[in-house]
Amino acid sequence: MRYRRRSTPLHAARAAVAASYGVALMTCAVLFMSPVVLGALLVTVVAVAGVARAGDELRRILPYVAPLAVTAVVLNPLFAHQGLTVLARLGNVPPFGELDVTLESVAFGAVAGLKLLVFTLAFALMTATVDPDELLRLARRVSFRSALAASLATRMWPVLERDGRRLAEAQRCRPDAGGNENRRARLARGVTVVRAVATGALDRAMDVAATLELRGYAGAHRPPRLSVPWSRHDVAFAASALALLAIVVAARILDIGRFDTYPTLRLALGPRELVFGVALITLALLPFAERRGVVR
Amino acid sequence: MQRPIVVQRPPGDPVSVLRFEQVGYRYPGAAVASLAGVTLTLEEGEFCVLAGVSASGKSTLLRAACGLVPHFHGGEFSGRAVVGGLDTRDHGPGELATVAGTLQQDPETQIVMGTVRSELAFGLENRGLAPAAVARAVEEVALALGIERLLDRVPDELSGGELQRVALGAALAGQPQLVLLDEATSQLDPVAGDELVGLLRRLNEEWGTTVLLAEHRLERCLPAADRVIALAQGRVAYDGAPAGFQRWAAGAAPELRTPAANLLSGVGLDPGVTGVKQARAALRSHGLLADDGSLRDHDREPEREPAPEVTGWRRPVSRRRTVVRGGAHALRMRGVWHELHDGPAILRGVDLDVRPGERVALMGRNGAGKSTLLRHANGLLAPTRGSVQASGRVALLLQNPGDYLLGERVADEAQPAELARAGLAGLGDRHPRDLSGGERQRLALAIVMGPGTLPAAVCLDEPTRGMDRGFKDQLSDQLRSLASRGCAVLVATHDVEFAAAIADRVVLLAEGRTIADGPAPEVLCGGWYFAPETARILRGAGGALLPDQGAALLRRRADSPEPEPEPEVVA
Repeated sequence: MRYRRRSTPLHAARAAVAASYGVALMTCAVLFMSPVVLGALLVTVVAVAGVARAGDELRRILPYVAPLAVTAVVLNPLFAHQGLTVLARLGNVPPFGELDVTLESVAFGAVAGLKLLVFTLAFALMTATVDPDELLRLARRVSFRSALAASLATRMWPVLERDGRRLAEAQRCRPDAGGNENRRARLARGVTVVRAVATGALDRAMDVAATLELRGYAGAHRPPRLSVPWSRHDVAFAASALALLAIVVAARILDIGRFDTYPTLRLALGPRELVFGVALITLALLPFAERRGVVR
Repeated sequence: MQRPIVVQRPPGDPVSVLRFEQVGYRYPGAAVASLAGVTLTLEEGEFCVLAGVSASGKSTLLRAACGLVPHFHGGEFSGRAVVGGLDTRDHGPGELATVAGTLQQDPETQIVMGTVRSELAFGLENRGLAPAAVARAVEEVALALGIERLLDRVPDELSGGELQRVALGAALAGQPQLVLLDEATSQLDPVAGDELVGLLRRLNEEWGTTVLLAEHRLERCLPAADRVIALAQGRVAYDGAPAGFQRWAAGAAPELRTPAANLLSGVGLDPGVTGVKQARAALRSHGLLADDGSLRDHDREPEREPAPEVTGWRRPVSRRRTVVRGGAHALRMRGVWHELHDGPAILRGVDLDVRPGERVALMGRNGAGKSTLLRHANGLLAPTRGSVQASGRVALLLQNPGDYLLGERVADEAQPAELARAGLAGLGDRHPRDLSGGERQRLALAIVMGPGTLPAAVCLDEPTRGMDRGFKDQLSDQLRSLASRGCAVLVATHDVEFAAAIADRVVLLAEGRTIADGPAPEVLCGGWYFAPETARILRGAGGALLPDQGAALLRRRADSPEPEPEPEVVA
């Protein structure tokens, strides 16, 4: 998954602003455990991905993050022995000991999984909509060596990905790699390719490092500050990010969206929570209403 | 702020851009020195071609000129190299980048940023240029190289040729005094290759940029060059004018001579010509070409069989790939489409029949669909519409032979009999990485051909990239041998001379469609770009594609009496 410049208001905003917007969404996911708030946030992230034309990127990451979320749901009742509402008594199960599966521990696992899902999707959304080159340029103004490491890492990933694809393709061209190859042989071949990519990574890193040398990176100084005028999209998304952070902080202070799991489930679900959820979605989507000047 | 660099020009030598004094270099752990006692000077505004067979030291010399040798690679360095007044012992590649732009062989590892615009701006930002100056330089270099429409694209979406141009743009954006190019045209199709050489000549003439270009396809760049430096075993073997180089190469290094020089030698003329125009003038002055530059009709070879009909859109037959043993065709494609999800169609209804033992060259510009077509032939890709039939297994050798070689020993990759057939007997205990480029190619070909029966067809994707003429001759022989045993050969290549040498039929693709399909002389004699040098000199006369054929044709013309003029008809 990587950034692609598209004609949407979020892509038209400067990287620092678009990143702040993404961070605001992720902060919200970190600060709340309420399924109502997390649900509203999930709707927000999916809707934003839709209007920012990053839906494919989110769909692509879903197969990786969904199993992790499910794992949280399954594992939590095994390790958390709290909660008063027992759903099943499984007796003595080594190594967990006396195991009672409670409604509360299942609910906590489910909410933790949802939180993980929302946070990862928000991060994926940010990755797909924030120009990494602009961010690296900002980073170069702050920390030169970290930006160099980040430059190498961000460039190396697609290079190695392409190497892996090429190696795998070449291995499929071998006459002994026919369709009747069994699963074990296929696995062994896959491991060989991964090993080859890993061992080739050093050579590739050297090549990329040589190019960085030739571009004068080692001797470069802090890049000059760019004085680009703020576009309407910069202003809109900066305001949206600030507003999101403000209502999140306010909600925490006012104890909106409270959710306790132990010893029994207690979920605050009133007009305040509903208003907060609607506000989250509205504030996040408002900047997309303006579509003038989205093509760079 | 730009870092101040003090440039101290030696007195009395105000315009030398590059000066090597007895430069020697040995890579860490290498038994043999890659450069030995190299002494040369490049003046401002020179266009110099660096010639030599593989492993003669061309790339190392360029690396020494840009500072990667010794600063990046380590090793033992002796002598003195001064670039734009900067001694490479005291100044690293980053500082030398202000005076020398470098383009290396592999474009994939020369792109370090996420978009083309950032890539072009990166080096300039590192030099501390003001944002407005960076933006202007980016726009100008993008326009000059014709990549302005790529500015907001991500590198992963670009073809090899496009990547090469972007990397060149990054090297040129800072308007360096010296441009160092290592096999810069190896990934480019003939059109883009000629355009690149033309662009370098324009930079050279209008901006006074000094160009040092290492290249195997000398016929492409000699006409633009002022000077040629030939290396042999790390030493300067020739340094002088291009015409003199051709004469020198005739005796000392025949494998470096261009087809034009070979053609003239073949008819006993002075081979000291650097391109089509000079060769034609030489032939005309000796009466071997008519004043209008043509050969007479009676010299033409008899008519060949008509080319197979190129059909347009066909109804898709099936999406399956089938193996039909004992068929009349080794490979048959019918209405093959390859359409990317949410993207363009790479192949658009391609029909192709290849008979057993036939040698077919697949040509076309970068992105025309050649590699995709080969992948369909082999079954790596399935057509989104249409069908592919093969009378047996189809072997495919992809662009990088090293991708097939994952074992620790050569013997792990292929059986002894296969190694012997590939001429690699006795190398079983070597690590595949220690093989030369040609040996690696032969080993990879042996792997895809397999130990058993000969495949119905073998497909090769750009097998001559970065290879010298000696290797190409070996590969030609190998492919001819395979074809003579009934194996169909399908080669996707940008190398027109190689296509002329091996193919008896040429298929030309453009934007996923077949635009020409016929006998090699018919297709390769008619064009400007997709035509070998001999055919361009003789304007396609007699279907001669190779210097030997052209020389034979010219000798026949010289020996044959002038045709009697037709009697005048008086009304």
